[in-house]
Amino acid sequence: MDNLFNPETIFGIIGMAVTLAMPYLYAAIGELFDQTAGCYNLGTEGIMMMGAFSAFYVVYETGNLGFGVLAAAIVGLLMGLIMAVISVTFKAEQGISGIGLTMFGVGLSSLLFKTLLNGTVLSVKGFKSIRIPILGDIPYIGDAFFNHNIMVYVAYLLIPIASIILYKTTLGLKIRAVGQNPQAADTLGVSVNKIRYLCVCGGAILAGIAGATFSIANINMFQEKMTNGTGYIAVALVYFSGWKPWRVLLGALLFSFVNALQLRMQVLGINIPSDIAMMMPYLLTIVTLIFVKSRDKPAALAVPYERSEN
Amino acid sequence: MISKLRSLFNKTFDAIIPLFATLLALFLGVFMLKALGKDPLAAYAALFEGAFGSQRAIIQTIIKATPLLLVGIGVCIAFRGGVINIGGEGQIIVGALASAAFALYVPIQSRWIMIPLCLLTSMLAGAIWGGVPGILKAKLGVNEILTTVMMNSIAVYLSNFLLRGPMIDPHEIEMGTRAAQTALLPEYTFLTRLAPPTQLNTGTILALILAGVAFVMLFKTTIGYRIRAVGKSADASRYAGIKVPFYQALALILGGSMAGLAGGIEVLGVQHRVMENISANYGFNGIVTALFGSLHPLGTIPAAFLFGGLMVGGNKLQRTVQVHSAFIDTLLGIIVLFVVAAKIFSTRRSKKRAING
Amino acid sequence: MLKKNSIVVLFIIAILAMAALPVAAADDVFQVAMIMPSKINDYSFSQSMYEALKVLESTFPEGGFELVYSEDMFNVADAREAIRDYADMGYDLVIAHGSQYGTSLQEIAPDYPETAFAWGNGTEFYGQPNISVYQARAEQGGYVFGQVAAKYTNNGKLGVCGPVESGDAKTYIDGFKNGASEAGSPVSVTYTSSFSDVSLMSAAAQTHMDEGATLLTGTSQSIPGAVSVVKENNGIWMGVQWDTIPLAPENVLVSLVYDWSPILNDIVSNMKEGSFGGRAYDLTFKDGGLKFVWNTENMEIDPELIAMADDLAAKITAGEISPLPAQ
Repeated sequence: MDNLFNPETIFGIIGMAVTLAMPYLYAAIGELFDQTAGCYNLGTEGIMMMGAFSAFYVVYETGNLGFGVLAAAIVGLLMGLIMAVISVTFKAEQGISGIGLTMFGVGLSSLLFKTLLNGTVLSVKGFKSIRIPILGDIPYIGDAFFNHNIMVYVAYLLIPIASIILYKTTLGLKIRAVGQNPQAADTLGVSVNKIRYLCVCGGAILAGIAGATFSIANINMFQEKMTNGTGYIAVALVYFSGWKPWRVLLGALLFSFVNALQLRMQVLGINIPSDIAMMMPYLLTIVTLIFVKSRDKPAALAVPYERSEN
Repeated sequence: MISKLRSLFNKTFDAIIPLFATLLALFLGVFMLKALGKDPLAAYAALFEGAFGSQRAIIQTIIKATPLLLVGIGVCIAFRGGVINIGGEGQIIVGALASAAFALYVPIQSRWIMIPLCLLTSMLAGAIWGGVPGILKAKLGVNEILTTVMMNSIAVYLSNFLLRGPMIDPHEIEMGTRAAQTALLPEYTFLTRLAPPTQLNTGTILALILAGVAFVMLFKTTIGYRIRAVGKSADASRYAGIKVPFYQALALILGGSMAGLAGGIEVLGVQHRVMENISANYGFNGIVTALFGSLHPLGTIPAAFLFGGLMVGGNKLQRTVQVHSAFIDTLLGIIVLFVVAAKIFSTRRSKKRAING
Repeated sequence: MLKKNSIVVLFIIAILAMAALPVAAADDVFQVAMIMPSKINDYSFSQSMYEALKVLESTFPEGGFELVYSEDMFNVADAREAIRDYADMGYDLVIAHGSQYGTSLQEIAPDYPETAFAWGNGTEFYGQPNISVYQARAEQGGYVFGQVAAKYTNNGKLGVCGPVESGDAKTYIDGFKNGASEAGSPVSVTYTSSFSDVSLMSAAAQTHMDEGATLLTGTSQSIPGAVSVVKENNGIWMGVQWDTIPLAPENVLVSLVYDWSPILNDIVSNMKEGSFGGRAYDLTFKDGGLKFVWNTENMEIDPELIAMADDLAAKITAGEISPLPAQ
């Protein structure tokens, strides 16, 4: 146990948690926009896989990381459009549409991988870490927080950006209105469907980029089903957050920290059964909610909007 | 007479829409198969043959349909209560583990005592796994999607822990192979096989009966009425004096017990032991099955048969034309998306009918 | 109303079905079917068998060998149906490549006395004359690798990235730990409790390296995640089950490859003589089933190290060394 409690180890764990949280942040902030506008998207996992593949493929072919992110965003947008058409225009049950979208995305990404890359695991040169001047030189803290790649920094910037958009702009007001009371919003001249399309597609773009972080900003390779349930966890984190951006950050960091901690404990030879250790982040997320209340659900969440005819 | 005809027409129309959606999805699959360089006709012939083409194929489809039906019934109950249960995977796993543990460690060598108790244990385990999210929702307002997702992962790790440690087949340690599975259950806990050598077993009959029971419970009893009322409008139910949180939790607990039973039947009837991946995505596919059956316990019966057939046939398709298994996953995804989107046409028509009287 | 749904679907699909004709298989072709829980290119257990079958194919005349396979058969019920169906379709040899398929074979094999079945990792052919069973003695390779790793790093810290603590992953890791600690290297082991979680595997590798390990090893289809970390940090990787050198040509010191060819050859030649099974095989150093593939092409490797590995392998074969610690 002693070797766990030295600053190097502790900040090492924190540094790893900061990286591990990255895909959750992109995907969960995206989902947060969806849900605030009254749609929930269980298709995140499928969108992420499509994002992961398209980013990887484009980077593999062109070597340009910017194009990779762009490809993930575009593919995310297309997947988002499918979701929006089905859940907003066709007013389908959102949970099931999402599961369908996940089946589709996970399947199609594997199929494309088999067809275009012959199913061979390849690697690319991904985003490199950038040490931020001055801040990056602070002992321990610099390494833990200020020596990551650009995609990690952007992920954390999303939190204040999401906060500002949702709480300080007219657009944010409209989004929240559409999620809380679509009838009233409609009466005030806000196009419910337009806002929902915007949020579902925007959220899907972020989910696509979340997938890209796996294949070009962290592990730098592609393998089938590599997101391995991250998309579902990201959706769960939005509920954890009570629809507040900063609590998405809290949830993602908590979850990732416990994961990094248990891995470190295994490496240090602290004797806990590995499977029980793996359970910890999931258990802790549930236990936390017993003590921290999570309410404020958008009132019209999961309810398709039907304009009354009279 | 005319109204009868019209109602018949409406019903046919409603039934044709999801079918049409499925066909449209299969049609899209033709282009995908062409792109993959496979013969679409041979592929779909294999799909059909594998699912419904022979007696054995139909039996395989039924075996596959059984867990889908049970999970689907659970999803129907939860859904009618206004909660979505995506914890089926975890509930199946704990149900399987619990029934296996009971069968392995309780030394009562009587079929008549052991089988019901084993099945009840699996239901209880599933009920607990569904109950945790249920109670957290009722008492603390924690969203069930969050908890069921987490409980799924916890169940997988719990299963890994038990299957490689406390519950591992002693034989596996002796032989040094250490495969993560339990010992074979004692024979007196096996469900009776209906058509040997296939694994078709009495669990299927139980599942069918339970579909009927769930139907009666939901539509003919006060509890069912209240669950549905809560699902329709929580606010209105609250005004009517129904304890909303209680019925939401109950819906999740009942749903969980059905998925847990699916796990128990899979163990006692099909596998006769627990191994990794026992849930085999039935938890998620059961949700889709329930949707195909219009979230009605009886509708879930043909839906499970159809969806089970698609899955069994999909494997046959993979074998016959050697197409990558991801094609089947993609195709199923498209089918789900098309069917769920097509619902709007029947909803619209029924609304119009309601307005026109 | 819903029953009508399914009937109409059946009807339409039936029409589609009639358009296609069943394809009969020629008799003089040796037909092999393989069922696996993962993929043919997983850089691990499944790939090792697939590649061995490809080698087997090259020993047959053109068109005299047919290989089909079912991937992703992690659901045992699906696998069982696949096994039965391949046997039904008249495949000569059906390989159930996963330890979870044993019970299914036990049930199916008696119904198809004319079909040869093989399965592994396992140790039992259930008294069936048409089942061959094979088992990779991964601990043998693990022990040698532990010794090699300790020597290569001058008794530096070693890290092992394991998936689920079971099967040959566990026996390999136990052998590795034993070999390394006998040679005096500290070893730390992580398990991610998943065969497929690439991202956690890469985090585990990163953690090992953060704690000072420079040489890592591990198994399962999720190891590309770990190899990628080793590559970024200029570490050394030792691969198991299949050749991992293509994943990181500059960083993989050696791979322990499972070469199933000797076993497959034996199965096939026995089949030609009319014996369809009833044998248990061990994949060991002895018959060349466990093989080292050294990355001499891209790395400078001390010939002494290679000699040491061969020597240890020979000693294990001779029974002078026991790869696993005494219980």
